[in-house]
Amino acid sequence: MGILDKHVVLEKNATLLLVGSLLVVTVGGIVEIAPLFYLENTIEDVEGVRPYSPLELEGRNIYIREGCYVCHSQMIRPMRDEVERYGHYSLAAESQYDHPFQWGSKRTGPDLARVGGRYSDEWHVDHLVDPQSVVPESVMPKYAFLLDKLIEPKYIQDVMKTNRIVGVPYTDEQIANAEADWLSQADPDGDNSDVDALQARYPKAQARNFDGKPGVSEMDALIAYMQMLGTLVDFSTFTPDASR
Amino acid sequence: MSKKPVEKKDPDTTGHEWDGIQEFNNPLPRWWVWVFYLTIVWGIWYTIAYPAWPLIKGATAGYLGFSTRAEVAAEIDRFKGMNSELEAQLASADLNTLTPGSDLHNYAIQSGRATFATWCSQCHGSGAAGNVGYPNLLDNDWLWGGTLEDIQMTVAYGIRSEDNDDTRYSEMPAFGDDYLSDEEIAQVVAYAMSLSPVTKDAADMSLVADGAVVYADNCSSCHMEDGTGDRTQGAPNLTDAIWLFGDDKAAITAVVSEGPYGVMPAWSGKLTDSQINAVSAYIHQLGGGE
Repeated sequence: MGILDKHVVLEKNATLLLVGSLLVVTVGGIVEIAPLFYLENTIEDVEGVRPYSPLELEGRNIYIREGCYVCHSQMIRPMRDEVERYGHYSLAAESQYDHPFQWGSKRTGPDLARVGGRYSDEWHVDHLVDPQSVVPESVMPKYAFLLDKLIEPKYIQDVMKTNRIVGVPYTDEQIANAEADWLSQADPDGDNSDVDALQARYPKAQARNFDGKPGVSEMDALIAYMQMLGTLVDFSTFTPDASR
Repeated sequence: MSKKPVEKKDPDTTGHEWDGIQEFNNPLPRWWVWVFYLTIVWGIWYTIAYPAWPLIKGATAGYLGFSTRAEVAAEIDRFKGMNSELEAQLASADLNTLTPGSDLHNYAIQSGRATFATWCSQCHGSGAAGNVGYPNLLDNDWLWGGTLEDIQMTVAYGIRSEDNDDTRYSEMPAFGDDYLSDEEIAQVVAYAMSLSPVTKDAADMSLVADGAVVYADNCSSCHMEDGTGDRTQGAPNLTDAIWLFGDDKAAITAVVSEGPYGVMPAWSGKLTDSQINAVSAYIHQLGGGE
């Protein structure tokens, strides 16, 4: 009886079959998943990537709540057609502070990984209120209600602390100043606003009244988030490492 | 003639027996077994040829040296290489000297069309006919000028674009804030409507005379005394049929009281010089170019 006939033992013993299957799957996991956590070339540090500012984080939560990811991916794949349409292919580091990441694999709408700075704030407002008013062929639903819903930074510290638990390196200082930064970014001309302090904590953070209306609405937060997407890494100085 | 039935010997059984029913132990088809062995051989070849086994610092690079990043860079370079001559010429070309029908002109229009579809159509429409608040590029009404140089400058530096110091800039005051009373705004709206052929009939003629005075005091420095506008500051011509933000009374009143203004991103830095030239040439030949 050769080794190839020994499978009879496995087939006749359910418990042994279970243990054997588990072992096989474990080997697959160890070889395919575990190395991603320690291999240097899968963990690329890229200059410029930083955790989201409080207002951007708020906008990101609205983005997730509204299910934008169902139609929009945030990952430009390394292919010529995608790079020409959307910009430089996405780097893993660019979503390192995303919990959960928004890569996605289905695009009913375009990829949004580098939508920041591509359109004006006014366009975003017009487009979210009534997408067909600017893009007649669009099938996107209307999100006009975002303008009416005014928000306060009441829970933003909790959100940041939660993100810290899962690995986003928010400092104590950033969490302590969360509400102030949130307000400074949405209303840089406000009485207590300090945009310099905001930008010291979150380089390249853009501060302005994003929706052009008084008060801070969900629209402000969402546009603040979208206008920073893909803008953190300076690709004029970034040299891709070919081994990745 | 009937064929003689083939004598078939029963294969061995697995040895299982339930209520007298036994199970044959048929071997797998030969072809299937060989395909299975082939996939194993192919798998071993693959891990040698391509990046595969994780080691301490990185994974084995693979005999073929494959890398997604290198692949896409090579692919982009290949296409760049094919067009490099035309690209270089276009980047430094004086657009006024492009001869229609020449290779360079054809290249500029085609590449401009692609650039427009990718980067501009979301605001100005896929056919460049614009939308409320986003100018139509097909007509001959230009806010900041419609010559090749003007278009090129608008594309490169944007309009009221925050991240570019050379951007075109002007700001219409929100006259509703403190400058004008509601009554004066109604008057000046009536006057402005009386200037344009499409809104003339809807204008409240009883207010026009007073509106003309308000206009002369507040609006004429940018929109000119005769309402024909001033391109150096992007002040629209009020005497033509085009109303960027809508041509009914409510829309025009909103413009006067809130002073809305459009923002166009600056594209220098995001698009290459040749792309900016190409898209300028494309827009210029759409119909309204001067």
